[in-house]
Amino acid sequence: MKVLLNNRVEEIEREEISVSELLSLKNYTFKLLIVKINGHLVKRDEYGGTFIHEGDDVMVLHLISGG
Amino acid sequence: MGKGKYFILCKFDLVFIFASFERQRMTFDEIKAHLRGKTVGIAGCGGLGSNCAVALARVGVGTLVLADYDVIIISNLNRQYFFLDQVGMLKTEALEINIGRINPDVKVILHNVMLTPENIPAIFKDCDVIIEAFDLADQKQMLIETVLSVFQEKYLVLGLGMAGWGLSNELMVRASDKMYICGDGVSEISSDHPPLAPRVGIVANQQANVALEILLK
Repeated sequence: MKVLLNNRVEEIEREEISVSELLSLKNYTFKLLIVKINGHLVKRDEYGGTFIHEGDDVMVLHLISGG
Repeated sequence: MGKGKYFILCKFDLVFIFASFERQRMTFDEIKAHLRGKTVGIAGCGGLGSNCAVALARVGVGTLVLADYDVIIISNLNRQYFFLDQVGMLKTEALEINIGRINPDVKVILHNVMLTPENIPAIFKDCDVIIEAFDLADQKQMLIETVLSVFQEKYLVLGLGMAGWGLSNELMVRASDKMYICGDGVSEISSDHPPLAPRVGIVANQQANVALEILLK
């Protein structure tokens, strides 16, 4: 399936994939992230049970300190 | 003929350039009249929050809701909008004084508390825009998750990545729905990569600029 990850088209060899699986597949090692699917927030404790499907628009923002 | 064509192309280019800049124009009096009824929440009154709040106060945002629990220490003065004789004061209270010296018409509401998922909804409920101005990444995450969960209709402006110096052109604004991200997204602070006035000030003013863009729409 094709999904949009941070505005880039990504081909994933799966019918669906959980947020946790996508994060490890794409090597997002940062612990502090904000994940949105089609504009909706996915909270930390929902990464394992939330699935991404064909055509979904996924935003992963990694948070860093400073301000 | 060739010359004429070139001239026409130039003219079209200029028309295009003028058109792309021909967005909103208002006099400063009109801007102030527009902003008088607006409220901006500032979550954290450190490097980002203090500078952003001052910029918004100067242009006349009617109400600023300032939240921070911290006191000013001397090392804050390399980037935060405070003065040497304010060391030891609460950041919110010192910022209220500094804003009052610039624009006493701004109504300032202080919350001397640590922001949590429990108190954020009540503190920022009347804000048109919320500025995320925390220092630590885990606090940023807490605020963003809380705001996106309870206030889907509100605009949220983040500051992300501004440590060090130079690389001004890496500091930019990206939008994702009603969330805006200001900064380079990658420069994390550390002991040998500290936050300093110029880059923190740029990002704080990018946040203020995004807030204005939203409020004047």
